[in-house]
Amino acid sequence: MKRAHNDRAGLVGVSRPAPVLQVWQALNIAHDEVMARDESVFILGEDVGLYGGSYRVTQGLFAKYGEWRVRDTPISENSFTGLGVGAALVGGRPIVEIMTINFALLALDAIINMAAKLRYMSGGQFKVPLVVRSPGGVARQLAAQHSQRLEHTLMNVPGLRIVAPATPQDAYWQLKQAVACDDPVIVLEHELLYFTEGPFDPGADPPPMHAAAVRRRGRDISLIAWHRMVDVCLEAARELEADGIDAEVVDLRSLRPIDLPLLLESVSRTHRALVVEEDCRFAGAGAEIAATLNEAGFFELEAPVQRVAGRDVPTPYNARLEAASIPDAAAVVRAVRGLLGPREK
Amino acid sequence: MQRQLAHQIWYDMVLARLFEQAAAEQYAQGRIAGFLHLYPGEEAVAVGTLRAADTGDYVVSTYREHVHALVWGITPEAVMAELFGKATGCSGGYGGSMHLFDAGRRFLGGYAIVGETFPVAIGVGYWLRLTGAPDAVLCYFGDGAANQGTFHESLNMAALWKLPVLFVCENNHYQIGTEIHRHTAVPEIHRHGTAYGIPGRRVDGMDVVAVYEATRMALEHVRAGNGPYLLECETYRYRGHSMADPGAYRSALEVAELRARDPIDGFRERVLHEGWLEQAELEQAEREARAAVEAAVAFAEESLEPTNLEQDVYVQPLDLYDGTKA
Repeated sequence: MKRAHNDRAGLVGVSRPAPVLQVWQALNIAHDEVMARDESVFILGEDVGLYGGSYRVTQGLFAKYGEWRVRDTPISENSFTGLGVGAALVGGRPIVEIMTINFALLALDAIINMAAKLRYMSGGQFKVPLVVRSPGGVARQLAAQHSQRLEHTLMNVPGLRIVAPATPQDAYWQLKQAVACDDPVIVLEHELLYFTEGPFDPGADPPPMHAAAVRRRGRDISLIAWHRMVDVCLEAARELEADGIDAEVVDLRSLRPIDLPLLLESVSRTHRALVVEEDCRFAGAGAEIAATLNEAGFFELEAPVQRVAGRDVPTPYNARLEAASIPDAAAVVRAVRGLLGPREK
Repeated sequence: MQRQLAHQIWYDMVLARLFEQAAAEQYAQGRIAGFLHLYPGEEAVAVGTLRAADTGDYVVSTYREHVHALVWGITPEAVMAELFGKATGCSGGYGGSMHLFDAGRRFLGGYAIVGETFPVAIGVGYWLRLTGAPDAVLCYFGDGAANQGTFHESLNMAALWKLPVLFVCENNHYQIGTEIHRHTAVPEIHRHGTAYGIPGRRVDGMDVVAVYEATRMALEHVRAGNGPYLLECETYRYRGHSMADPGAYRSALEVAELRARDPIDGFRERVLHEGWLEQAELEQAEREARAAVEAAVAFAEESLEPTNLEQDVYVQPLDLYDGTKA
């Protein structure tokens, strides 16, 4: 008792360092917590067990929970994702890790034809509490087959929920919320974000799973992004500050549904919006967001919602070309200046 | 064979034939729409396998699954109403002919993409192993499905982890209009399990007693913790692939030859020869089955349609879910 008192007393006057974690670590803790609490949760995927996961997300869990709850699978994406669907129908809460979203193309039958539709097709008799986690996006010269995004395809599927955490805190919160959810949830991760750091407080109250978050308050324009493009927008906002342009940055955090109320509230203050996405422009996720905002926020807008997006090409291997294929802060700054027009100083 | 079981199997087989005939009639009259895949000729497979299973077992079936549903205890009313798209159907009118479900009876569908039954079945099997449950899974598929990737992927995982799954091939020799020798290099489907160390055998799928006995043995193997088993039932469908298929790719002679081996006629002869049942009992059961089908059609006709387009897309409302359970 005395010692505890002394320990606590010892903190007085010492500024407690804000805990900082990387995204993969936050995901790792979230997995551990949900597995410890609920025995119906199990993980399966390629190299998630003994190896510890390609991005270390499941590190240590194989030793702690054993092979039946952390299952290394053969390279059979459609069938092991479908295995998750089958187990979810009868009481399991599987977390399927698909090593990269590019491989999820092989599992789309399980995700789209089965997970998303079984509840509806059965007249509501079944729940499908399946979580599919998968990283995507342009990383570092992985070439066309390993540098894709699948937001657009999955967003168009009724029955799915899609979240896209960009920070350690959101990754922790949203994975736990996804596992607790009785609907199938796709957790889209970004390959370049696993080893980025951010503040982490496991005791903080989470916002709703699908809520967007304002990362920077601003008056002149709403920059709407998710995943790594949030950082690109924050960087652009800092540059725009020098021009006297005060940009708001919204991290969508969720792609199905999108947090339209928050977006409308944001444009009701800024009256302009730019959607920034890493994916190809044509028929991309940004098109849906821009169209919805134009429809629902028309009377608040002083200009049509614009998009900055990836170029409509497969991702090239060459580093310079690869960088040119996706938006950077300079591209966002250019687009914002174009949208706002010449400004009186 | 026990009298009671013989009687049950006879009733199932006759009900199956009469139900599908009624479905075809209702389709012709426009009360059933969409794709309708009928089972006449193949009755011995569903009846023989499912009567050998235990009620705690799970069933994962294909889009030609009316009879599996009926034998597994879903009422003719609920199945017919589903074909009619009515709210009283076993999927509330949201699934239709190809998507019959009954969660309470562990009837898990109803899958209309060829090859989907495999991953679902191994998922259930995995959960049964994980939780130490004693039940088994019956996974149905046609000869055409054996060439899907999921067949090989799932057989591998089922064998690797010794999952309690009985794979039942309903080999009716045609993937729609392509005869098996034109679509499968090794047409003995039961041999495909050997690549994964899965034992299997072929049985005469027109002989319900043989199917029943083979299934009993196979399920014993599965329940003993030995892992999956692959049972191939050689059978034949009299009608086209679906109502849209006139079946021009096969000769009338071929169909006639197979009809001569009709599973219902064969079982009638066997039952009478063995003295399991009397002729009068067979006729009585047939009258009961006919009445059940007529009642099912009337029930389906009178039932109301579902009206809520958006219900049950999600469990929790899409916009409000806050993850408070996390």
